Amino acid sequence: MLGFVLRRLAGAIPTIFIVVTLAYFMIRAAPGGPFDLERPLDPLIMENLNAAFNLDKPLWQQYLLYLGNLLQGDFGPSFTRRDFSVADLFAVGLPVSVTLGGLALLLALVVGASLGVLAALRQNKGADYAVVGIATFGITIPNFVVAPILSLLFGVWMGWLPAGGWGTPAHMVLPVVTLALPQIAIIARLTRGATIEALRSNHVRTARAYGLPTRVVVITHTLRAAILPVVSYLGPAAAALLTGSVVVETIFGIPGIGRYFVQGALARDYTLVMGTVVVIAIFVVIFNLLVDIAYALLDPRVRYER
Amino acid sequence: MNAMTNDPVLTVRGLKVAFETNDGLVEAVRGIDLDVHRGETVAIVGESGSGKSQSMMAAMGLLASNGRASGQALYRGQDLVGMRERDLNRIRGDKITMIFQEPMTSLDPLYRIGRQLAEPMIHHRGLSRREAREKGIALLERVGIPDPQRRIDSYPHELSGGQRQRVMIAMALANDPDLLIADEPTTALDVTVQAQILTLLADLQRERGMAIVFITHDLGIVRRFASRVYVMRRGEVVESGATREVFANPSHPYTRMLIDAEPAGAKEPPPAGAPLALTGENVRVSFDIGGGFLKGPSVALRAVDDVTVRVREGETIGIVGESGSGKSTLGRALLRLLPSEGRVVFMGRDISMADKAAMRPLRKELQLVFQDPFGSLSPRMTVGQIVTEGLLVHEPGISGRERDRRAVEALREVDLDPAMRNRYPHEFSGGQRQRIAIARAVILKPRVVVLDEPTSALDRSVQKQIVELLRDIQSRYGLAYLFISHDLAVVRAMSDHVVVMKTGRVVEEGPTAAIFDRPASEYTKSLMHAAFSQEDFHVEAMRVAQGG
Repeated sequence: MLGFVLRRLAGAIPTIFIVVTLAYFMIRAAPGGPFDLERPLDPLIMENLNAAFNLDKPLWQQYLLYLGNLLQGDFGPSFTRRDFSVADLFAVGLPVSVTLGGLALLLALVVGASLGVLAALRQNKGADYAVVGIATFGITIPNFVVAPILSLLFGVWMGWLPAGGWGTPAHMVLPVVTLALPQIAIIARLTRGATIEALRSNHVRTARAYGLPTRVVVITHTLRAAILPVVSYLGPAAAALLTGSVVVETIFGIPGIGRYFVQGALARDYTLVMGTVVVIAIFVVIFNLLVDIAYALLDPRVRYER
Repeated sequence: MNAMTNDPVLTVRGLKVAFETNDGLVEAVRGIDLDVHRGETVAIVGESGSGKSQSMMAAMGLLASNGRASGQALYRGQDLVGMRERDLNRIRGDKITMIFQEPMTSLDPLYRIGRQLAEPMIHHRGLSRREAREKGIALLERVGIPDPQRRIDSYPHELSGGQRQRVMIAMALANDPDLLIADEPTTALDVTVQAQILTLLADLQRERGMAIVFITHDLGIVRRFASRVYVMRRGEVVESGATREVFANPSHPYTRMLIDAEPAGAKEPPPAGAPLALTGENVRVSFDIGGGFLKGPSVALRAVDDVTVRVREGETIGIVGESGSGKSTLGRALLRLLPSEGRVVFMGRDISMADKAAMRPLRKELQLVFQDPFGSLSPRMTVGQIVTEGLLVHEPGISGRERDRRAVEALREVDLDPAMRNRYPHEFSGGQRQRIAIARAVILKPRVVVLDEPTSALDRSVQKQIVELLRDIQSRYGLAYLFISHDLAVVRAMSDHVVVMKTGRVVEEGPTAAIFDRPASEYTKSLMHAAFSQEDFHVEAMRVAQGG
């Protein structure tokens, strides 16, 4: 197993290298630069700024410089937030985003999986239709609609929870729920489908034919198989949730890193964008690896193919 | 064979099964009566859709969620139909156990077999995990799993189909049931494995005195295994009685038809001096297994190892073997659908080196018909489109009207109503679909047709019709056939010459009559014995037990 993990991590290095390279040249291909303000700067100041940030060198040299710094763990200074390095910004924002995303993921998993199993066991009955209906609704309503409504309803009108901001557990409730809602819907649908399929499988028929109690048939022989597709969905979903959400962080005023990607790209803050790309790529690689490990633990057929 | 007593284990009265479908209520079983006495073997025989499996599924409370059962199925006086799940769970797995048709999927792939074997013992008999494991090892040993101490910790995917079925049998025996229901337990297995499993079941029955209900479509098995038989058709029992009497004097025309449906007759030999159509000399095919980036070296698997086959116009070469013998791979290699070594000559022309472009005009002459009549026809094309698709490639010049005329002609050729050419494949039965697949090949006027298990997915009575159709088309056009099958009865009725393959090599070959009457190799003999022996499995089991 350890050998497998190491091989997979080694295999991820070229992936991250390609992602970094593509992202670097793509953001540089976009017109404009970090110091193109509405009122043009004095050419001399511009020249000094460019020299200070190495922007006067040929692009390939800048790229190699960036790669070299990255290898040493240096994400560089932020172009637009002058007093901070990209690493400083992440040190503050990443824990916030990870907390928010992690809680949302947990909530989505618990609620979504329970609803999905419930619906599957009551297939084509009232509870099933209700879950499927709510799930479809949850997937269709975008979070930039849900977030202001929740904020308005529970924060402003009812006054039960803070309408925005970050700090206490009460601050977390609304953004976590907003982030979790579509995930609950997706996970509920996935779990429902997989459970129905597992319930129809021949080995579940065997378990029933041998008089095993419903509890054993469902928990032992159905759910372990049914959780597999959910696990493979969780990898990319976790990577996306934990690296922050622009919409939710902006609407609830949360100091996470989700905003940086969009703000950095718009302001041509090259190092900030690149930093975000690297962080997201690493999360994707790690979570896909975790999924593969979980898969191997759950399914012996996968384990032996390695 | 078994002493008949008046001690009923299972009494079925007026059992009905219906399924709620989008087309309304479909009746699968229409009120059947059936008795199983202690220690006896009863067979329920019928073709697909006869309701033979569903009647037992209903008794076991295992119908699909849209299924409804009514009537009675009494186990020692207790009605199983409509019984509460909790009460039913005290009987199934303990007093009545079941083995299924699908050995590959009937065990949970995620758990070791030891655990699955133990569950019913722990649940019904209150054994501890350790006791259940000990008993599981003993059971595995009894059903002939080698090295049971180690095998009990295997996962299902580490066992072959035959071994998995043995594990299911061990599970069925664990609680010493009164009744074992075996639903087509050998259909998915190779013939030699089939014979082993049946002998094992017969032996176990003699030893433990349980009753067996054997659900099958195979009359050979019924004849050799069951003391009494129920013949089912369209949800009704049309005939029942002692097996010997039913076979000797079938009273219902359907039973007679089933008994006559064994493929019979032999093929007319091709005209003397007919030219060679296709020759494969020293054909080899290897596959790389394993290997890949960071995964270590790959291993080459010789799927076909140095096989030579010659087929003349109007001749049929039967290629026989069990799964994994390389017979299908050989067929594809001869059509140059797979990379292979060796020389392949078609109508005097060496095509071993021909590339895709060079092969394309020859594809018309070299056709292939597959085993699965459900998967090999596109569900989104009409039958007319499916049949004429090849013409679009090979004769692009002809008009739509001409294509339609050819479709009508080809469908007539395979005895289908040409008016049905605007329908879609799902509206046809398995046998009709196989006719469509044959029409698709024949419309191109090929010279060589590889028939890869074309009758294996079909009921016996339909098989017989397809065999006759294939022979008929062959004699009309002088086609050369490579007939790939594991079914020896069909091969005998179709072939001039038989090649027996095992693990990629030719074990034995020769004229059909010679191979069937005087098989030389041990392997061919065992195949013949498994397929044609008339010996009762109980007798055989006794002989095996005595080491004979």
